Amino acid sequence: MTEKRATREAYGPTLVELVREGVDVVVVEADLSKSTTTAKFAAAYPERFFNTGVAEQNMIGTAAGLAVGGKVAFTGSFAVFATGRAYDQIRNTVCYSRLDVKLAPTHAGVTVGPDGGSHQMLEDLALMRVLPGMRVLVPADVNAAAAAIRLAATTPGPFYVRLGRAPVPVIYPADVELGVGRATVLQEGSDVTIAAVGVMVAEALAAADLLAADGIRAEVIDVFSVKPLDAETLLASAGKTGAVVTAEEHSVVGGLGSAVAELLAEHHPVPMRRIGVRDSFGTSGEPDELMAHYGLTAADVAAAARELVGKA
Amino acid sequence: MTRPWQTASPAEIEQLARRMRCDIIEMLAEAGSGHPGGSLSAADIVAVLYGAVMQHDATRPDDPERDRFVLSKGHAAPVLYAALAQTGYFGRDHLKTLRKLGSILQGHPDSTKTPGVEISTGSLGQGLAVANGMALALKLDGRTEPTVFCLLGDGELQEGEVWEAAMFAPHHGLTNVVAIVDHNGLQIDGACSDVMCLGDVAAKFAAFGWDAVECDGHDVARLLEVLGGARERAEAVGRPVAVVCHTVKGKGVSFMEGDADWHGKAPSREQAAAALSELGCEEVAR
Repeated sequence: MTEKRATREAYGPTLVELVREGVDVVVVEADLSKSTTTAKFAAAYPERFFNTGVAEQNMIGTAAGLAVGGKVAFTGSFAVFATGRAYDQIRNTVCYSRLDVKLAPTHAGVTVGPDGGSHQMLEDLALMRVLPGMRVLVPADVNAAAAAIRLAATTPGPFYVRLGRAPVPVIYPADVELGVGRATVLQEGSDVTIAAVGVMVAEALAAADLLAADGIRAEVIDVFSVKPLDAETLLASAGKTGAVVTAEEHSVVGGLGSAVAELLAEHHPVPMRRIGVRDSFGTSGEPDELMAHYGLTAADVAAAARELVGKA
Repeated sequence: MTRPWQTASPAEIEQLARRMRCDIIEMLAEAGSGHPGGSLSAADIVAVLYGAVMQHDATRPDDPERDRFVLSKGHAAPVLYAALAQTGYFGRDHLKTLRKLGSILQGHPDSTKTPGVEISTGSLGQGLAVANGMALALKLDGRTEPTVFCLLGDGELQEGEVWEAAMFAPHHGLTNVVAIVDHNGLQIDGACSDVMCLGDVAAKFAAFGWDAVECDGHDVARLLEVLGGARERAEAVGRPVAVVCHTVKGKGVSFMEGDADWHGKAPSREQAAAALSELGCEEVAR
């Protein structure tokens, strides 16, 4: 059985490694250090860890000040609070001043599970993607998460790294090197492109297996960098297959599906299907149940692909 | 060691404040829009900081040992621009470009465009949190000398983040942050007491763990003493100092004083001429 680990597991430990390597990392957390794993950073470097309590706007503002003072400032909390609650702080203080503030909140998407819709952030990619200068990375597994955190720490400017709570299959080897603006073709194919991010990358790979049984050769791309997009890789694949399915654990409004649609519409329009949550809030349930409930399984991705290639 | 504020002449700082007020009126009249009321109310406070209290050098704006200034009430950008121009961060000829396309002087402070501006502000309530973060970075780097001065408006205190930050500074022992409130009692929609009453501002800061001091925000001699001594006082009591300055919105221009309508409206050419005359701008070399 495939090993499963949550992307959030990479957060605290990778930040500890970065300080050991000489990167001037500090962390500002808003009372969720045990859940986000920044507690591990706090244990290793208590003098570099600052808790604002339950105050996300202050978390972002304080991180901004630390960045003005030359620090690489990572922030904590859950995706729903870190983005929505503090949006104006991210826009007007962090992005407008082009600061080295790196948001890597956890608990994005429906895989948060039983806590329900109030805690399942499905709009964060849309919110972060529209901010000038913000780079948006969505790691597919724990090793990609470590790579994303390293990229955010060592590349100047604001970053958003989307992390999750639930264990997801490990796809990449440890120490995998990924790039800002670089997608990874995980499986080559000629009939349909499946462009996925986050937990949906594993579902896309499973979908490709289902499609192979039907004689459909799917190309699976881990987009990873939602902003900037790897236009070259995506356009080359769309040019080859002529059909694109996007897959994300996020609203179909404004996230990966929208970003890919914008790219294709301007440069190489091809038939598309967007797998994602269809403009609704989440609800309580177990992660697996919710993935099925919202149509986010390998079978759903495969069905969309079959429809596109006319073999539904 | 004698500090510059201890030997500064109040009369000289008053002249600096007057020159800054003249600049404020001229740049706003030229821009045709902007915020005179809260710029004029803060002029004496900012003149005391830039003229005597803060250790800073326009030729070395990145000096790690400099004192920092955060204008949380970003709409008072003209008072900051006047101070920066008067102390040599950029030529005064830039002032006439305020709010115009391509200018280094944006409608609200932009740290990516203006020399000497530490952080972009304008969306209210965010400056104190940033000042706290800057103070933390100084402590981490072992820099014990610099102080971060943060100027807040009073209407701005209605923003929740101010109090999140107010809770944070004493908890983290940030004696290197000084919060200054320009308490002019007016906001866009009228008197703060009518729009959303602030109550006893000094008592609120005290309740959050600050050593709160009140003072006349137009008494330059008193401001020199209070702002100049704030850091030493903070170290002595082991808590950050908040200075609540009682001020008059539009101070120095009689037809603007105490009138909320002058919060965000530029003077016409005729009004500017009257204001410059009242301020005695022809008498001060700028």
